[in-house]
Amino acid sequence: MKFEVNGNEVFASTGGRPFDKNKPLIIFVHGSGLTHMTWVLQTRYFAFHGYSVLAVDMPGHGLSSGKSLKSIEDMADWINDVIDAVGYKEASLVGHSQGCLVTVECTSRYPDKIKTLSLMGGAGAIPMNPELLELAENNDPKAVDLMMDWAHGPAGHFGGHPVPGLYHINTGGMLAKSRTIKETLGVDFRACDNYKNGFEAAKKIKIPTLSILATDDKMCPVKEGKKLADLIDGSKVDIIDNCGHMMLLEEADRVLKVLKKFITTNYPPLNT
Amino acid sequence: MSDKKIPNPKTYKFDTLSLHAGYQPHKNAGSRQVPIYQTTSYLFDDVDHAAALFNLERGGHIYSRISNPTVGVLEERVASLEGGTAALATSSGMSAIFLTVMTLCEAGDHLVVSSQLYGGTVNLFRLTLPKFGIKCTFVKPRDTEGFKKAIQKNTKGIFGELVGNPGNEIMNMPEIAKIAHDAGIPLMIDATYQTPYLCKPFEHGADIVVHSLTKWMAGHGSSMAGILVEGGNFDWMQNDKFPTMTKPYEGYHGLSFAEEFGPTAFTMKARAEGMRDFGPCLSPQNAWNVLQGIETLSVRMKKHCSNADEMVKYLSNHESVAWVSHPNVPDHPDHELAKKLLPNGRGSMIAFGIKGGKDAGVAFINNVKLASHLANVGDTRTLVIHPASGTHSQMDEATLKFAGLSHDMIRLSVGIEDIDDIKNDFEIGFRAARKPRLVSNQ
Repeated sequence: MKFEVNGNEVFASTGGRPFDKNKPLIIFVHGSGLTHMTWVLQTRYFAFHGYSVLAVDMPGHGLSSGKSLKSIEDMADWINDVIDAVGYKEASLVGHSQGCLVTVECTSRYPDKIKTLSLMGGAGAIPMNPELLELAENNDPKAVDLMMDWAHGPAGHFGGHPVPGLYHINTGGMLAKSRTIKETLGVDFRACDNYKNGFEAAKKIKIPTLSILATDDKMCPVKEGKKLADLIDGSKVDIIDNCGHMMLLEEADRVLKVLKKFITTNYPPLNT
Repeated sequence: MSDKKIPNPKTYKFDTLSLHAGYQPHKNAGSRQVPIYQTTSYLFDDVDHAAALFNLERGGHIYSRISNPTVGVLEERVASLEGGTAALATSSGMSAIFLTVMTLCEAGDHLVVSSQLYGGTVNLFRLTLPKFGIKCTFVKPRDTEGFKKAIQKNTKGIFGELVGNPGNEIMNMPEIAKIAHDAGIPLMIDATYQTPYLCKPFEHGADIVVHSLTKWMAGHGSSMAGILVEGGNFDWMQNDKFPTMTKPYEGYHGLSFAEEFGPTAFTMKARAEGMRDFGPCLSPQNAWNVLQGIETLSVRMKKHCSNADEMVKYLSNHESVAWVSHPNVPDHPDHELAKKLLPNGRGSMIAFGIKGGKDAGVAFINNVKLASHLANVGDTRTLVIHPASGTHSQMDEATLKFAGLSHDMIRLSVGIEDIDDIKNDFEIGFRAARKPRLVSNQ
């Protein structure tokens, strides 16, 4: 669905079901340079099971208008604006990679609004390889190719997508190339590199939090994810083996199973 | 740019993908070879799982008409080799084309189509699709500007074979892709003759690629199969031409395929709607057979091309041959374009005219021993046919002429036998062709 935030049109997938304000809201926040489509194997489940779902395209990404936001802090405030714009007082957040930085910061800034936090492939900081950052800021498609290479684990490189017929390395690459690389990936990478407040923000979080990490994640390794999780009171950690950073596609079913249990327990659906 | 400091991506390359893409042994009892899932249907964990699969909430298999794990490996493998986002395998190349058109079009729509196509494809576009209310305008493949002129308000796409069958005329794919994209419509390319080893049409602007996998991809001539592959780059939401892709679809709780699946939307719709409603599914056994062929695709294509190059030289200098059409012939009108679009080889399809016309052609076909006379191409074995009396025999004289066919034309699909044996066999055919009556009386 489309709605307006700060004068710009925003697109968010509602998981294939009508947006219903009577249901608890879950907002899914994508990673650097990507779009709402990375969440398709999680969002549709929740949308069909008693939740209102918004898998947002961040400004300047996917089908959303405007320019990409330049800092994680701005993105965190923007998520808060989204909650207001759709007329909710609270929401549950799910983030992937850069989306983890955004949702951690958002949760620390708006503690009364955010009810649960789910982090996939997250870390307290995501410093960028300088050469990769330079490639992205120079609009070089090699930046996307490298990201897809590093973001998939050894098993993921062979394919084996849960949806028959889909080849996820090429699909992810196409998503990241769907808008101008320097204006999406380049800006996002710089925002990640500049962000230093992740660990401090994590210390302020007092809500149920889940970190899903993957053994073959080269971009946000397990030890970095644990370092972040250790700072959040009562945080749960689930580690998926034989899987890389793109766990939400590489091991969509295993991720959904863990996420489903966590969210339905801590933020129950409207019984339908 | 500091390319020296950062390595190139280590994603697997063509020959490796040919052997491994789409399959993880550890998820299949450690079986090194892809298992043949000879089953119609799949157990649901519970009713919630069943509903999730039907609602496209989760990936997985329901019924082998829609998807099958063995077929899925083939689909991912071909998608990876083409550089596509997704693929859908079908029971034949023709069903892949039909499913592509029916996913794209509705009654009242129009397509612009290259005139030089396999005879069965011509009949689909000329005679069968109009029965569904889908009309086509045919344009000669070299008439790039003609494709532009033929586009109407209700045109939903351009379709063609990159190298036309059987005349070897080449579409200027990059320019025709630009024409299509300027009009907000996709370019669909049948790349059966090339396989992704010789050309990846997505790199030249195509949006959908179809193959008859029966041909070079499988190579062994044992199994019928087809596939459609999606490039993932076409923006279905850029205009209002594709409401079945962009508007809520009643058949899946108001799902918008383009919004929900983006770069894989076309394949998702083709499977969810097309396989559900038309059902041209590929058998897991045939999918497995094709996978065996794809494992050696690059090795075979190199030999096909080198043998074809030898045969072009041999035929070009033969006293019984009036003309030779192959993109490697220097005076072929598309020679330069072929070098650009087909850098790894120009394929193994040769058309040539035999001196003595139709009677000589018949004598040649009836007398070769090693070359097989049959209605297929892309076998590892050398194949020959006389199109005017075979593959294109259902066409009238005017249509034959428009398709670039002549009565003296022999279509040759060069195999990977020893080149000397192929030439020796052709000598027998040519000798008979020079004395058609004498031979036919023996």
